[in-house]
Parts: sequence; structure tokens; C-alpha cells
Amino acid sequence: MAKQDTNLAASRLEGTGACALELSGVARHFGALIALSDINMRIAAGERRAVLGSNGAGKTTLFNAITGDFECTSGRIQFFGEDITEIPAHERIRRGLRRTYQISQLFDGLSVLESVFLACRGVSRRRFSLLRPMDRDANMAQAHSILHAVHLEDDRDLLVSTLSHGRKRQLEIALALAGAPRFILFDEPAAGLSPTERRDLVAILNALPDHVGYIIIEHDLDVALRVSKYVSMMHNGRVFKEGTPEEIENDAEVQAIYLGGGHG
Amino acid sequence: MTTEPFPDQAPARNDLIARIGAGHLALAAVLLVFPFVASDFFTTQIGAYSLIFGMLGLSLMWLAGYGGMVSLAQITIAGIAGYTVAIFGENSADVHGFGWPWWVLVPFAVLIAALASALVGWVSVRTSGIYTIMITLAVATAMFYFAQQNYTLFNGFPGFAGVKAPVVFGIDWRDPMPFYFLSLGVAILCYLAVLYASKSTFGLTLQATRDNQRRMRALGYDVTMHKVFAWFLAGIIAGLAGILLVWFNGRISPGTINVGAAINVLIITVIGGLRHPIGPFLGAVVVILMQTFAIDIVGAERFNTLIGLLFLVIVFVSPDGILGLWEKAKAHLAPGSLRSDI
Ligand SMILES: Nc1ncnc2c1ncn2[C@@H]1O[C@H](COP(=O)(O)OP(=O)(O)O)[C@@H](O)[C@H]1O
Ligand SMILES: [Mg+2]
Repeated sequence: MAKQDTNLAASRLEGTGACALELSGVARHFGALIALSDINMRIAAGERRAVLGSNGAGKTTLFNAITGDFECTSGRIQFFGEDITEIPAHERIRRGLRRTYQISQLFDGLSVLESVFLACRGVSRRRFSLLRPMDRDANMAQAHSILHAVHLEDDRDLLVSTLSHGRKRQLEIALALAGAPRFILFDEPAAGLSPTERRDLVAILNALPDHVGYIIIEHDLDVALRVSKYVSMMHNGRVFKEGTPEEIENDAEVQAIYLGGGHG
Repeated sequence: MTTEPFPDQAPARNDLIARIGAGHLALAAVLLVFPFVASDFFTTQIGAYSLIFGMLGLSLMWLAGYGGMVSLAQITIAGIAGYTVAIFGENSADVHGFGWPWWVLVPFAVLIAALASALVGWVSVRTSGIYTIMITLAVATAMFYFAQQNYTLFNGFPGFAGVKAPVVFGIDWRDPMPFYFLSLGVAILCYLAVLYASKSTFGLTLQATRDNQRRMRALGYDVTMHKVFAWFLAGIIAGLAGILLVWFNGRISPGTINVGAAINVLIITVIGGLRHPIGPFLGAVVVILMQTFAIDIVGAERFNTLIGLLFLVIVFVSPDGILGLWEKAKAHLAPGSLRSDI
């Protein structure tokens, strides 16, 4: 744990007081379909934000736009004061931006430890090596501490394909913690988890170092409440309401569109 | 360890055996004794020939098993090395034959093969699955026809004869026993290299790319570059096999690299199994034994039917080839395995 803190602390220096993420007028169209329109968001460094919205609201598309997986149709994205709108996805990763996927994107043929090791190597300078990693390899040490942080230590030698759904979701998070993340986008990490696994997830997220901010997409308001202090509500590609969880829960418009309309 | 007052030898030795694997040691013993008890025919036509085709299968296993890229061009890449040896070394065709010494020729031919392989890889890495097979088949076919029709470089249909393994350290490496051990040495080297590489950072990267290319990109890896490099390494193995093959046959012609040979390599690899680098060697032994003896028994026409049937049976019964059968059998028998942690 101590080791991970030093790794993560390395990224803290740059981020103090700044605005981590700032979206202005971001839109994304798929042909005639407007998946995102005029998104304006400001998220402070270290802030933890929940994004709620029914299926098809554009939440995942928002993540894809921020990470660079999809180009924006219009609008600008700033990451710690730098305009990253035109920067390719892998460059954004090097700047400390991470994400997880709604549908787990894992390596079935590798072990848990090998997967996290590769994630750590991917953001280091020594991505390419014909040698086997040594036990005292720095990336290996980091992989161990990340596995500790996501409660996967005991499963480190298991083949990923043999993991339960819940464990796979934890590994999905582990891959996003590699290197020195400054800001993480969690796409429905709690989907399909049992109540126990949800509690575990909340503990993992709350134990992240303070300076690491994130956006979490979450259907379950209870989980969102426990891991974030501020909520953005999305519908039809727009953010139509922002506020504290209490404000959101009691808002008439939210209840009409989201809570009343059934969970998507 | 060195400060231990009573260094304990016995457990250390057991550790070593455990690390290498009892299966590996038994196999090594059989392979070393084999040429001393077998006839010259068995030593070369079965032994060395299986080792060479095992290496060709190994280069495919590396690409397909770890990289998820099924190639039909491995014999083509081997052929490129073979042609390089014939053109820049010595041959009896009175075409080219620059007579380079073996110690320049061999690394040069391997490099040419590896670069050609990287080029094939570069052309095919943007495709996947059946499309990779189609592209590499197209490369293999094009190369076959090109070699057959081009006389200035490849000497067309007859190709090159009189290509000989050199005499080095006073040993004529064409003789059955030396040639067998040469093939064995190179094959073991390639086998151990693949075994080591499979758990290297690069090997893990390759397997992760096979499993989820998108995530690998998102983790910051240059997926294309890694794949092309995997082809380069496969080209080194196929190139070494190609040099041994041209020395084994004493000649190379378009027939060596025709589509039948390309499919042969695929069949050997699938029959042997893609899960472990030993698979292609097992497959090579089985297919070459059948090729050698089934032809006498059932005739050349029916031989292909026989191989085809074996192929189907293996694919249906055990998608992991003979290796898979072995694993199944092992589940019923005592533990003890070819797998090891080297
Ligand atoms: N790659 C794509 N091509 C076309 N349409 C897409 C694509 N990705 C998402 N969409 C559409 O954009 C809308 C928003 O999708 P998404 O962002 O996945 O919603 P959410 O994550 O909120 O459930 C949906 O109507 C979806 O069909
Ligand atoms: Mg989504």
C-alpha cells in the first residue's frame, strides 16, 4: 500500500488546485443521431463525480469523447489546463487519464498479475522488452500493490478467464490504476455485482488516494451516494441537472425522467 | 546461499530436475540416443526431417498460439532463406552461386527471411482471423508462381540443385549423424527461445494483444509494431528451418514452397497442438511417419485422404491436438509432465 501511495503521489505535484477536466460545448453525432450535445462540465482535481442517466443517455459516449476513443464532433476538452481535444488516445493515457469499460476488456489467456504488470509497463518507458520480468522489477512491485488495493492479491496467479464476474470487474479497475493516474473514468463498475461485491467496490474507490479524481457512471443511486459528492444527470445526450445527491434525489424533473422512468 | 555452512546439494539437484521437467529430460535422452540406434534412413528422413518441419510448425505456433495470427506463409519464408543460401552460396545450376562462406551466408539468409516475414506481417496485421489466412495464402501462392516463372533470380522451374551443408571443424555436416545433431541443436535452441519468450514481457504483450487488442492500445502499447516484431521473430525460426531444409534436400525449387507444403505446415501444427511449443514437433513426427510409411501401405492417392481424416479426427476429438489428447490422458495417469517452468 505504501508503495502505491508513493507511485500515485508522484503525480500529485502537478495537479494541485487545478481544474482536472473541463468540457466546453462537447458534442458527438453518429450520422443523424446526436449522442452528445453541448456538454459543459468542470471537475476539480481530486473531485469525485457520479454521472447518472438511463440507457442510451450518452454516458459511455461521453467517456469515449474524453479518452479520445471517439473524436468530438465539436467542443473542447481540457485536462489539467491543457487542451487535449486533438491529442490521440494513447497520449492522453500518458498524461494520467484512465478509464474502465462497461463491458470488461481483459486478457483471458493471462494471469491476473501478468495483466496488471502489462498495464504498468504500458505507461512506463520500457514497454518493449524481450526479457522476462524479474521479481524485483519496479512495474512488478507496482502491480502487486495495485492488486492489494483492489483486493485481488489472493487471485494473482489465476487465469483471467477463470475469474468470476465480480473479480473481473475488480481487475478492470486494477488496469486503470497502473502508472500514475490523475483522473479515472469508471464505466458502470458496479453493474452485475452482488451486494457484497458492491460494498467491496465502494471500499476500493474510497481508498483511492485523495488527489485521484474520477467520474463514475452508476445506475444505483445508493452506490453513487457513497462514492461521490456531486452528481450530473444525463438524458438524451445532455446534462440536464447537476447537484449534490440530496438535491438530485428530491428534484422533480429527475424523478420524472429517471427515477420514475425505471432504471434503464 | 554461499554462507550456508552445509550447502545442501541433493535438494538443489531435485529443484533443477523439477525446473527443467522430468518430461524434458526423458525426451532429451531419447533424442540423443536415437541416431545411435536408428538406421541412417530413420536418422535423417524421419529424425532430422521431423525436426525441420517441427521448427516450421513452431514458427507458426508462435504466431498463431501466442499472437492469434494464423499464417500459411511459413514455408514461403523458409523458402526465401533456402533460395538465399542457394543463390549466395554454392549450387550446381550455373546460375548465381556467389560462394559466400557459411558464416556470412547463414546469418544473412536468416536476416533476409526475418525481414521478409516482417513484411508479410506488416501487410497482414491489420486483418484478423480468416483474412490473415487468406492474405498469407495469397503471399504463398504469389511467391510460388513468381519463383517458378522468374529465371533471372530464382532459376524458374528447376530451381537450384547441388546446395550442400558446409564442412566445418572437419565435420561434414551433410552426413546423417552430424546433420541430425545440427538439426536437433537448432531445434532445441528455437524451442527454448520460444518457451522463454512466452513469459517474457514481449511474449505477454503478444498474448494480451491476441486476447484484446483494443485494451492493449488503451494501455499505451503500439499493437502494430509488436505484431510485426512477432513476425520478425517467427521469420528467424522459419529461416533457420529453411536453411536446414535446403541442406537436407540438397536443392530448392518452386515445388519446395508450393501450396501443398504450406498446408502441410498448418496440418502439422494443428495436429500437434498450439498450446505449447512442443506441439508442432509431435505433429511433425506423426505426419512425417505417416507420410513415409502410409504411402507404401495405402498409396500416394489415399495418403492425403488419410492425413485429412486424421486432421478431422484430431480437430473434433481434441481441438488442442495431440497435446490436448496427452493432457486428457495425463488426467487419468500419474502426474509428470512435459510442461515446466523454465
Ligand atoms: N459507435 C457508435 N455508433 C453509432 N451509435 C452509437 C455508437 N456508440 C453509441 N451510440 C449511440 O449513442 C447513444 C448513446 O449511447 P451510450 O453512450 O452507449 O449510452 P449509455 O452509455 O448512456 O447507455 C445510443 O443511442 C447509442 O446507440
Ligand atoms: Mg454505457
